[in-house]
Amino acid sequence: MVVIVDYDAGNLKSVERACREVGLSAEISSDPNRIREAKRVIFPGVGAAGSAMRSLAASGVDRALADAFETGTPILGICLGLQISLEYSEENDTDTLGLLPGEVHRFRLDDPDLKVPHMGWNAVHVIRPHPVFDGVQLGDEFYFVHAYRPIPERPTDVIAESVYEGPFCSALGRGNYVATQFHPEKSGRVGLRLLERFADWDGRVDA
Amino acid sequence: MLSKRLIACLDVRDGHLAKSVKFVDTRNIGDPVAKAREYYLDGLDELVFYDITASSEGRRIILDVVEAVAEQVFIPLSVGGGVASVADATDLRLAGAEKINVNSAAVRRPAVIAECADAIGDQNVVLSMDIRRVEPSADMPSGYEIVINGGRKPMGIDALSWAKEGERLGAGELVVNSIDADGTREGYELNLTRMLSQAVRIPVIASGGAGKPDHLYDVLTDGKADAALVASMVHYGDYTVSGLKRHLHERGVKMRMSW
Repeated sequence: MVVIVDYDAGNLKSVERACREVGLSAEISSDPNRIREAKRVIFPGVGAAGSAMRSLAASGVDRALADAFETGTPILGICLGLQISLEYSEENDTDTLGLLPGEVHRFRLDDPDLKVPHMGWNAVHVIRPHPVFDGVQLGDEFYFVHAYRPIPERPTDVIAESVYEGPFCSALGRGNYVATQFHPEKSGRVGLRLLERFADWDGRVDA
Repeated sequence: MLSKRLIACLDVRDGHLAKSVKFVDTRNIGDPVAKAREYYLDGLDELVFYDITASSEGRRIILDVVEAVAEQVFIPLSVGGGVASVADATDLRLAGAEKINVNSAAVRRPAVIAECADAIGDQNVVLSMDIRRVEPSADMPSGYEIVINGGRKPMGIDALSWAKEGERLGAGELVVNSIDADGTREGYELNLTRMLSQAVRIPVIASGGAGKPDHLYDVLTDGKADAALVASMVHYGDYTVSGLKRHLHERGVKMRMSW
């Protein structure tokens, strides 16, 4: 059973449907205790950092997530879920959860032909092997929708990069926490395979 | 870098797939859920449903269609047709749509764009524009006018200023649909698409007029579109999704080629 964290941050049913498609039974919950007890946790989210943080604090889910991270529960962050797991976001000038050190900045692009948000399919280059990314092939593309990009403080937390004008971190993680800037639930079969591997992951990364 | 997107549009009437010619005559051509699944498995990048009965008849049927598709198609789904309020948008999102297209209702009441953007996020609100060519004039300096009600009602609004206004109000993406080109299979309206794409910072989807693969190439390069929307080209089996993508890829357009 995976608990999908509900904090008024967008439509979680697509994540639930994708989990079901790969045989992972999922429960959508905003109950901090369900999150602490969960075997694994998916922390999705679309929307803005400011309102998301307010909602997480009001429900106590912020502390439950930190506890789940501490106790070794495998956690998958998606999109805004990834962004607010770092320490600070320029979006609404928001202090965020700080599970990992780093910041989130808006895309600042020189090329006037490049659009913001970065919306659509882009290749994801795995630069650090990780069980959840096992089997992602060179050239596999995933679906992105975001105007802000994560900048983890430690280069060793970067799992994958993508290129939009310059390279940016498109997946990160440490220990039992892994997160994608893209949406595996909307990335066709390559995305479903990633969810499948998360479903099998014990939360450990070989050193 | 981002790939260009190939988007298939399924016009749905009473739960069935329909395709209009010049926006008027519609023919019933099959089951939208089966088509959606087929295109998804063949590498489609995004799906759009347009409920062409939504304004006058019940909305329940399209919700069922969206829900059935969302169960088995794991790419972005966009739905439009008769969306006039946050409540409409929310219903469609709960059924499984990622993005909501607003069109006529936004022309009548532009605030609906901002309201939907607040409720479901900028990036999920698509402003769909039906546009016809006119003589440039003081009121219509771009030479393109917004029309509504499936192309039947000219609004006296300049398409270029409406595109910019839509972006300002919070639309995350534009669909540029040429009424003149729609159904002709003679190619997208390149000048219109390029003009609007260069006027905004949000992605632009070209719509209306695709008849052969090079039309897609033209609009994704010369027309500066971020995505090309097709309908009859793939619905009648003349072309396949993967075949179109391969053609574009071979001509040097960056496309997603593994799925």
